[in-house]
Amino acid sequence: MDQQVAIVGVGLTPLRSVSPELSFREMIFEAATRAYADARVEPRDIDTFVCVAEDFHEGTSITDEYTPDQLGAVRRPVQTIAGDGLQGLAAAYMLVRSGAADVAVVEAHSKASNILHHEEVLALALDPTYERPWRVTPHAVAALEMRRYLHEAGVGPEVTAQVVVKNRRHALANPFAAYGANLTVEDVLRDAPLAEPLRGLEVSQYADGAVVLVLATLERARALGAQPVLIRGIGWASDEPSLSGRPWAQAVYARLASEMAYHQAGIHSPGDEIDLFEVDDTYAYKELQHLEAALLLDVGEGARLTASGRTVREGDRPVNPSGGSLGMGYGFDASALVRTAMAVLQLRGQAGPLQVPGARTAAVLSWRGVPTTTGGALVLRAV
Amino acid sequence: MARRGGQQTLRGTPLRDADLRSGRISLERWEPNLAYRWDAGVAIGRFLEGLQEGKILGVRCHRCQRTVTPPRAFCEVCFKPMDEWVELRDTGTVNTFSICYVTWDLQRLVVPQVPAVIEIDGTSPRVGFLHLIGGLRARSVEGIRKQVRVGRRVRAVWRPAAERTGAITDILHFKPV
Amino acid sequence: MPRRIRRRVAVVGAGMSLFMRRALETGKELSYYAASAALDSAGVRRQDVQAVVMATAPDAFDGIHMKGEYLSDGAGGWRKPYLRAYVGGGSGVFSIISGWSMVASGLFDIVLVVAEEKMSPTQPHPQAAFINIFDHTIERPLGPNLLWIFALEQTRYMHTYGIRNEDIALVSVKNKHNALGHPAAQLGADLTVKEVLASEVVAWPVHRLMVSPVSDGAAAIVLASEDVAKRISPRPVWVEGVGWSLDTSYWGNRDLAYPRYVEDAARMAYEMAGITEPRKQIDVVEPYDPFAYKELHHLEGLLLADRGKAPEDLANGRFDRDGELPSSPSGGLLGVGNPIAAAGLMKICELFWQLRGEAGPRQVPNNPKRGLAQAWGDLMQIGTVAILGV
Repeated sequence: MDQQVAIVGVGLTPLRSVSPELSFREMIFEAATRAYADARVEPRDIDTFVCVAEDFHEGTSITDEYTPDQLGAVRRPVQTIAGDGLQGLAAAYMLVRSGAADVAVVEAHSKASNILHHEEVLALALDPTYERPWRVTPHAVAALEMRRYLHEAGVGPEVTAQVVVKNRRHALANPFAAYGANLTVEDVLRDAPLAEPLRGLEVSQYADGAVVLVLATLERARALGAQPVLIRGIGWASDEPSLSGRPWAQAVYARLASEMAYHQAGIHSPGDEIDLFEVDDTYAYKELQHLEAALLLDVGEGARLTASGRTVREGDRPVNPSGGSLGMGYGFDASALVRTAMAVLQLRGQAGPLQVPGARTAAVLSWRGVPTTTGGALVLRAV
Repeated sequence: MARRGGQQTLRGTPLRDADLRSGRISLERWEPNLAYRWDAGVAIGRFLEGLQEGKILGVRCHRCQRTVTPPRAFCEVCFKPMDEWVELRDTGTVNTFSICYVTWDLQRLVVPQVPAVIEIDGTSPRVGFLHLIGGLRARSVEGIRKQVRVGRRVRAVWRPAAERTGAITDILHFKPV
Repeated sequence: MPRRIRRRVAVVGAGMSLFMRRALETGKELSYYAASAALDSAGVRRQDVQAVVMATAPDAFDGIHMKGEYLSDGAGGWRKPYLRAYVGGGSGVFSIISGWSMVASGLFDIVLVVAEEKMSPTQPHPQAAFINIFDHTIERPLGPNLLWIFALEQTRYMHTYGIRNEDIALVSVKNKHNALGHPAAQLGADLTVKEVLASEVVAWPVHRLMVSPVSDGAAAIVLASEDVAKRISPRPVWVEGVGWSLDTSYWGNRDLAYPRYVEDAARMAYEMAGITEPRKQIDVVEPYDPFAYKELHHLEGLLLADRGKAPEDLANGRFDRDGELPSSPSGGLLGVGNPIAAAGLMKICELFWQLRGEAGPRQVPNNPKRGLAQAWGDLMQIGTVAILGV
């Protein structure tokens, strides 16, 4: 019998474009304090801690050094995952399933506002000999992918604009979101291209914030008296790292990650079995690619679903009811855990004005941003 | 190149400096233009303001009966917000030190740097921070060890008030007393 | 009460690249060398591998952001679940812990673990990458370097227990000698204590020959679940216990004479392995030795020597290859080299070969049954421990 593992606590600071009042430590302390109170645990009840961070996002080499204090994790088993938020969640999940821990914590944060030129950091993610010498903005990698996607999907730019309008409208009702707005498709289409066909408004904006999740065995969750949401499946995958030879139209990593998570969860027809999706929308077109992966659809079907209007919060297939990264703000690898927290609130019926009525099962799908082909998938179910 | 090791062949091609200098090896150069502006936050922000005023500040946790510096907004032991700010003295004791003859990028130094962990007076036992010991005339290991040892009392040498910027370098160094 | 771990996990293959000051190969290529050697040794193909773990230390060495992503295809991670855990210098030994949890969780049966480091791209010197490990606001403006923290810790260790630098230099002599038997070694040598102390002072009390070199290299292992291991391997080496612990980042507030975080990690691993008397139950040890005193410090933290007494044990020959508790029979970081994460996993590879009796000229006598590898990292802050047995 598989050990059942649940998310039993969420703690989140509101995402904001800047956060000069708090250091990263103080911001994480706030999120951890909220998460521990929500889970009804004290730090000494927690067996293992996972932080999600990348050195160049922090401006610090070996960022693992600066992780324990603000989690109450001094002299405890702490590790850093240099990866996506869902990969960090998977590391914690596996430790609980293995029997090495009953209660685990996963943390991620963003101080994006402290990085003066993020494009310079992104450029360092390109292959130093084959890809960097172009000296093109790394967002151009997304533009290449977007053009191929639109070409193979056989759709126009209106549909990606529609994603922007939907997500920023969803965010208006979300107190954790930084970028809620009332826009029209025409507003988006009028915006100047950043790297044609990608327009400025189709790129999510940076945000600062911290998120902490508490995991526990279902047995322990019940003993704590917390409100558990079950992790039914988790998957992750990496595709071709270099720009040559990757499949541009389809997000293969997301498809592999989804298949892995669905296999564990026993899900065969995600469209019928999952009530809401929080999928990565770092760039507007990515929501379409990721929706196709999450629903196991062919290229273009996600775009047509979006064009039909069914993916709005009030529709029959709600996608990013939180507002996504376009509406909430983009916090690097923390984004996936922010969205996981939003999905947990939905399944507990605590999402307030964002609530999708009767939501019982949710899927989260993440991506690590350009130029990577790494992402994760998570299936959550209300108990 | 390969070398046999037990049942295995170990692969790898060692290069010499001369291989690089001669241009025999293809290289791609890149100078990253990375810049950050870190939010100091509540605790370190006030610590830096204190330094600008010529004061070393600490914080106290009543539950753990601990006074520590550098300041932090919360106590990492009991995981509650810190209770009060304390002005510490600008004197202390050398917990440990080194005499360092290389720079951060391994250039040789004629006048060594003397980094030390200094336990600041007024804190709980064995609580201190990293700084430099200066004002030493000697350059050799033997000479410096005559002036600096573990347990030696030291005092902060402050930058003139008008030149302070609210930085750890507002203390130029600590000096044996 | 000890925890009940869901599944047993075994190491079924190990491989390395050469360790060298500067490699022609890219990090991807070094990863490929080690990964394919480990797969060959286990007799499995990349297609059989269900997930891949990568360990590699600061991205600043290579100047590559999200370095794990860049290395993924070289490590065999293409279209697989691929994960990079990162605990600074502790990463190499942590990588087997990551892989262990993947298999022990029941999610995967065969996992490839790869550790890579290519330090040489950093200019003007790889040490430059380390300035950014210090606190950005209250330490970096002082112009610190990596040697400081080691020298500060060594001074405190020597002061607390009255240890002489001659006692510490002996670690360099032992490990560099042991490395003469290692085919991957970068710095095997026969030296005397006098020669070590005659090398220049870089940061008193640390002399150049008490510091491990900068290196490029990679190492890899293959892990399998109990059922699979018994099927595919004639001599699986079992992961009996793992442990890790991270101390506060306020390192100026700690007792630098004793690595309590190593003790925490060791106690966690001993409990999992059911070890109650480590000095009797561990036959061979590979403690982390990036600096000479560190091996002694760590042997004490692992409870394998009394506090302050490891130097005496060393002088008495207890840690020699044919001593009571052979320590760093591989040659360690001081002798084999220190491509950081790869050096930690090299220690696991060494235990794999030692426990199978395949260590050739480095083989310790009396058929060792159980070994311990340990690494250390961050700001003198984390201990990672793995115990293997046959």
